Amino acid sequence: MSLNDVAPRPAEGQLAKSPTGIDGLDAILFGGLPSGRPTLIAGAAGCGKTLFGLTFLVNGAMRFDEPGVLMSFEERGEDLTTNVASLGYDLAALVAQKKLAIDYVRLERSEIAQSGDYDLEGLFVRLGYAIDQVGAKRVVLDTLEALFAGLGDGPEVRAELRRLFTWLKDRGVTAVITAERGREGQLTRSGLEEYVSDCVIGLDNRVEEQITTRRLRVIKYRGSAHGTNEYPFLIDQGGISVLPITSAGLEHSISDAIVPSGVAGIDAMLGQGGYYAGSSVLMSGSSGTGKTILSAQFIDAACERGERSIFFSFEEAPSQILRNLRSVGIDLARHVESGMLRFESARPSLFGLEMHLVLMMREIDRFKPTIVVVDPISAFRGSASEVDSTLLRLVDLLKVRGITALFTNLVGSHELDLTVTRLSSLMDTWIGLHDIEANGERNRGLYLLKSRGMSHSNQIREYLLTDRGVELVDPYIGAEGVLTGSARLSQEASERAAILHRQQAAARRRREFDSRQAAAERHIVDMRTALEVEAEELEASARQGEAEEAALEGGRMTIAARRGAA
Amino acid sequence: MSDAPDADAGPKYVLRLYITGTTPRSLRAIANLRQILSTQPSELFDLQVIDIYQQPEAASEHQIIAAPTLVKLFPEPVRRIIGDLSDNARVLRGLEIEPRSAEAVVGEPDLE
Repeated sequence: MSLNDVAPRPAEGQLAKSPTGIDGLDAILFGGLPSGRPTLIAGAAGCGKTLFGLTFLVNGAMRFDEPGVLMSFEERGEDLTTNVASLGYDLAALVAQKKLAIDYVRLERSEIAQSGDYDLEGLFVRLGYAIDQVGAKRVVLDTLEALFAGLGDGPEVRAELRRLFTWLKDRGVTAVITAERGREGQLTRSGLEEYVSDCVIGLDNRVEEQITTRRLRVIKYRGSAHGTNEYPFLIDQGGISVLPITSAGLEHSISDAIVPSGVAGIDAMLGQGGYYAGSSVLMSGSSGTGKTILSAQFIDAACERGERSIFFSFEEAPSQILRNLRSVGIDLARHVESGMLRFESARPSLFGLEMHLVLMMREIDRFKPTIVVVDPISAFRGSASEVDSTLLRLVDLLKVRGITALFTNLVGSHELDLTVTRLSSLMDTWIGLHDIEANGERNRGLYLLKSRGMSHSNQIREYLLTDRGVELVDPYIGAEGVLTGSARLSQEASERAAILHRQQAAARRRREFDSRQAAAERHIVDMRTALEVEAEELEASARQGEAEEAALEGGRMTIAARRGAA
Repeated sequence: MSDAPDADAGPKYVLRLYITGTTPRSLRAIANLRQILSTQPSELFDLQVIDIYQQPEAASEHQIIAAPTLVKLFPEPVRRIIGDLSDNARVLRGLEIEPRSAEAVVGEPDLE
């Protein structure tokens, strides 16, 4: 895991460091443990102290060309070899190659009696001999406190311990000394921290809600900056991994590239036609709202484009998801076969949150996907602060890698769960899936609560789970608001009837008008004809009158002429 | 084990004293042990003095931590007496040397 690239750079250069080779720990230590000085690792039984020491030695021998010596006061060499074989450490081979020397120190109180002064020169001789045998640069003393059990906690032992630490420094070896954690307020049971002042690391193993989480803290590191938080770590087949919280999480480079959601309708609702690449999308909804299907469509589209994806499932087995998706016409199996898609599924209760997070990041760093789906994050149980911090780190880690992530979250049907509200600030886009109950049916509505950095639709859109996946339905927005399901259908039907009715009424009125217009026009023609007749008659009679007048005039003139002439 | 004596003829005690060179403490331990054993018949003991500075591998082989250390390998159980052996009584107790032989030296005058 390349966590070094997210850790701040060390401020100092003079202090030489010996890398532990443990994922994440070197980032917290800004390089490693102080070279040539002793480091104390304190923790309760079962915290992994011995494994830390051994990993330090094995990595030193195999990766950093620094042979090592393990002086074990608790476990015999053969037992150690068997115990760590499951982690892939072959101690016997390292011993054979002279890269590692193991000296088991057995102290049996019942066989020891004291008579007069003594020193621990035997221990020094053995350690010196082992160091010379392999040319060791690293030494682990696990657990030195066994000396107190075997020899008693007397002034001789204390004086010799002080001498031992000076001697280790003189030999120039980088030493790790493990110690049992003491009671309240005490770092170690026998006060070993008094002798080791250069670097102190505390390990812890807490059980919360029946799930164990291991944590690590650098308590002191003289002359060096170091991460100060309590960092979770885990031990599994891959050895020890420490996962530092990335405080530098807001410094990631951002992208303007767009990743389609896999559903055309959602792309249209998002102003830019999809999610921003490298953004985090939260999809919250009650059960049965199609969260997994929408996630699968997102992945389907990504794989189709040739982008690698990981589907982290915490509720269903991959085969079950694949089968269920086939019923809505989404075939993810072909992407699994082509190697574009990887399913990772685990019961949430299997590990603590930290374990899940580390396993996820490990898988992500191996597979290098551009798309990640986590279905659902609500499956993670734990204290709210722990869930939050885990998700915060997950989101940060994905953003740093430029991975577009879709998180689904199961919420109660009608309220926005508190978890969701807290998560919201981590997410760039938040899609709410909603059951709309009305008129005796449940319909599904989808809306965008937010989408940072892009304009987006404010509508609640109804969607259907079809045999081609999720499809958004054109919104019906009438005088009575948004209608869904059969209410929408009946509203649409009655609307269509009303339109038909209106169309028919208009046609009838048109016909009536047309016939009235025709009648009126016929009437106008009749009247005009009558008028014309009348006008003709009038003219005829006028002409007759003139003729009569003229005739009369002519008669009068004739009469006058006759009279005048007469 | 080559240290183990024959059941009949060999010495009754197999002892190893691990010392560190010629440090005063080592020399004192040798002197004290000689003095303690001188009260016993010498054929009872198979004693070897081993300098772990000379034979460092012996320290780890025989689980030596403190110096000086006197180890009673035989008879079982194994006992380790650490220190310069200046406390005679403790050494004898530690070696579990039979009380009769011890009393033969210390207790006889009282009986008379």
